[in-house]
Amino acid sequence: MTNIIWFIPLLPIIGFVVTLLLGGRFGKFSSRFATVVLGICMFLSFYAAYLVFTHGEFSIEKVWYVTGNIKITMGMLADGLSAMMLVVVTIVSFLVHLYSMGYMHGDRRYWLFFVELQLFSASMLGLVLAHNYLQMFICWELVGLCSYLLIGFWYEKKSASDASKKAFLVTRVGDVGMLIGILLLFTTTGTLTFSGVFGAAETGSMSHTMITAVTVLLFCGAMGKSAQFPLHVWLPDAMEGPTPVSALIHAATMVAAGVYLVGRSFPLFSHSPETMMVVASIGAFTAIFAASIAVVQTDIKRVLAYSTISQLGYMILALGIGAYVAGMFHLMTHAFFKALLFLGSGSVIHAAHTQDIREMGGLGRKMKITTWTFVLGSLSLSGFPLLAGFWSKDEILGSAFSSGRYVIFAVGAFTAFLTAFYMFRLIFVVFYGRPSKAAEHAHESPKVMTIPLIILAVLAVLAGYVGTPFNPEKFSIARFISGNMHIEHLEFDLMPMVISVVVGLAGILLAYLMYGRRVIPTDWLYRYIKPYHKVLVNKYYIDLAGSKVFIRPTIRFANLINRFDSRIIDGLVNLFGKVTIIISKGVHLFDMGVVDGIVNWTGRETYSSGKRLRLIQTGNISGYAIVMFAVLAVYIIYLIIRTIV
Amino acid sequence: MQWQLGLDLKLIHFLVVSGVLFCIGIFGVLSRRHLVQILMSVELILNAALINFIAFSSFSDTAGLTGQMFAVFVIVIAAAEVGVGLAIILSIYRKKKSVDIDNINILKW
Repeated sequence: MTNIIWFIPLLPIIGFVVTLLLGGRFGKFSSRFATVVLGICMFLSFYAAYLVFTHGEFSIEKVWYVTGNIKITMGMLADGLSAMMLVVVTIVSFLVHLYSMGYMHGDRRYWLFFVELQLFSASMLGLVLAHNYLQMFICWELVGLCSYLLIGFWYEKKSASDASKKAFLVTRVGDVGMLIGILLLFTTTGTLTFSGVFGAAETGSMSHTMITAVTVLLFCGAMGKSAQFPLHVWLPDAMEGPTPVSALIHAATMVAAGVYLVGRSFPLFSHSPETMMVVASIGAFTAIFAASIAVVQTDIKRVLAYSTISQLGYMILALGIGAYVAGMFHLMTHAFFKALLFLGSGSVIHAAHTQDIREMGGLGRKMKITTWTFVLGSLSLSGFPLLAGFWSKDEILGSAFSSGRYVIFAVGAFTAFLTAFYMFRLIFVVFYGRPSKAAEHAHESPKVMTIPLIILAVLAVLAGYVGTPFNPEKFSIARFISGNMHIEHLEFDLMPMVISVVVGLAGILLAYLMYGRRVIPTDWLYRYIKPYHKVLVNKYYIDLAGSKVFIRPTIRFANLINRFDSRIIDGLVNLFGKVTIIISKGVHLFDMGVVDGIVNWTGRETYSSGKRLRLIQTGNISGYAIVMFAVLAVYIIYLIIRTIV
Repeated sequence: MQWQLGLDLKLIHFLVVSGVLFCIGIFGVLSRRHLVQILMSVELILNAALINFIAFSSFSDTAGLTGQMFAVFVIVIAAAEVGVGLAIILSIYRKKKSVDIDNINILKW
């Protein structure tokens, strides 16, 4: 029975091959095939989760290769955490496949989109199911590749191809750290399987410093993938990709992989309070930092992108303060409502043909389903009571509060306020208010796009009920995903819950007054914080600083090296060449003059002497005879003279 | 050695005859234009050599008949030589309708 988990990543690989081979000819068939494959995957994941729920975790392991005493294994690990991720990934992926059939309809490379989605799903499922760090890293890079391909899906657009390169390179910065961390782990523990590494950390065979170093390096990878400050710059640009991609990769699944990595390595992280502090600080800072940028963005997808960064910061923050369950729980609920919001924004863009919220307005009347689902998603994100986001966000804030980290609690609460504010600013501007030009021609999206929205809306409302504080122990998500890990049980506290609800509602109210009712002029705050506003609009100048600090010096350094190359190295090479030419010219002259001269002279002399000598051959026999006898006579005379003398 | 004519002939007499004969032969070879005459002159030179062989043999105490033997051999070979020479002359004549040595001069530069 447990072998079934092999099929979960295998099916999308089959789907990938089939759609790749048949897609060009049968585009429509291959998109349907891909969707069905993901549907089957989804049910297999439900079954796997059920198995984990009833039987506890299980794993499969096969030796990949052995060299010396190093054994590398490949395997699948299904425990509560990966089962939860499986369910989330396959549900979102399936719904995005379904949605894309409508959204990408009529695109020139319609079929290729599904090929890449299949590859992404396969690698993401492989990542989630990996039972060792090496396998995880391979899949980690594969999802990065898919992210690159899909952001640059419309690569004819310069901004899209630039964004895809940026995403690839920025995440690569973190991945280098992660790879070094993995290699360090391997050299110290000699194994890469999660159980082996955690066992080594538990028994104390790894020094404390080593654990800190490894976890910080691993966290670098998570920072790149989960867009944590300062490596967050790629995610807003990644919005150049098609909207379903943003929903699947850049909201629900791939960016959560960083959080998953930290969650998966939690037994390691929890041994190093220093790393935990770093994680919590970066998470908290990213959360409030990105939320403040989101407030002034005017591109609907960029608002959601900064919101995603902020929420990922929330999850990282939760893990950093040790609230493992809360963080992973928030990952799950966030995946649903953020995918919903992105797909909803896709539906809006599909209808309005623009991404700028200032050109929208009054779309609510034309697009009832989109509006309602979008509002539900926003409420859930804002932590409106009894919706999914409420339970998970509240758990994070509660953990921060009850563990006495009041600064982090305050940051989280203020972020929650900003979150509610910018989401409802978006809603009031886009769906209500004066009908814009875009709204006149807008119409509701086809069913294939609205059905996923409805399903996700239901999940955004109900998904939180697996993790309420009132659940019986057996059915709580805490018991499910923590497995054998020992997790402190947090006392339920009314105080943070009240605060989080109040700040959320306050944010909504402020947005309503400013953008819905327009009681408060939209620029009243702007008047007081004018310089700060400019900083926000420019996203804290991070991109500018990035180009000033990293890109320009790199280019300048490259130019310097280029000059060194072209002047000195090329100069040397050219000098060498020139000297060789001069030498060879000398040798040429010697050859032509002396060597050839001798040969030619010999030939010429032989020829001319032969020419002269042949005149002796007269052909006159008498002449020959005279010479012969004359010589004979001379010889005889010589003999006679010698005898006499 | 005693001669029946009562002449006291010494080796030198034979050698003088042989030398005269040789010179006549050489003169013939060099001065004649007709191929057959040249061939005949060559025979004279050979005969001069034969006289020398026999004379040396007769006046030697140890040679026995060696010189005479040589003379017979040379005569036989000279006969063969004349045969070959005449054949060549004949074929030249067929080719050029002439046996004048001045006309036979194509083997040259």
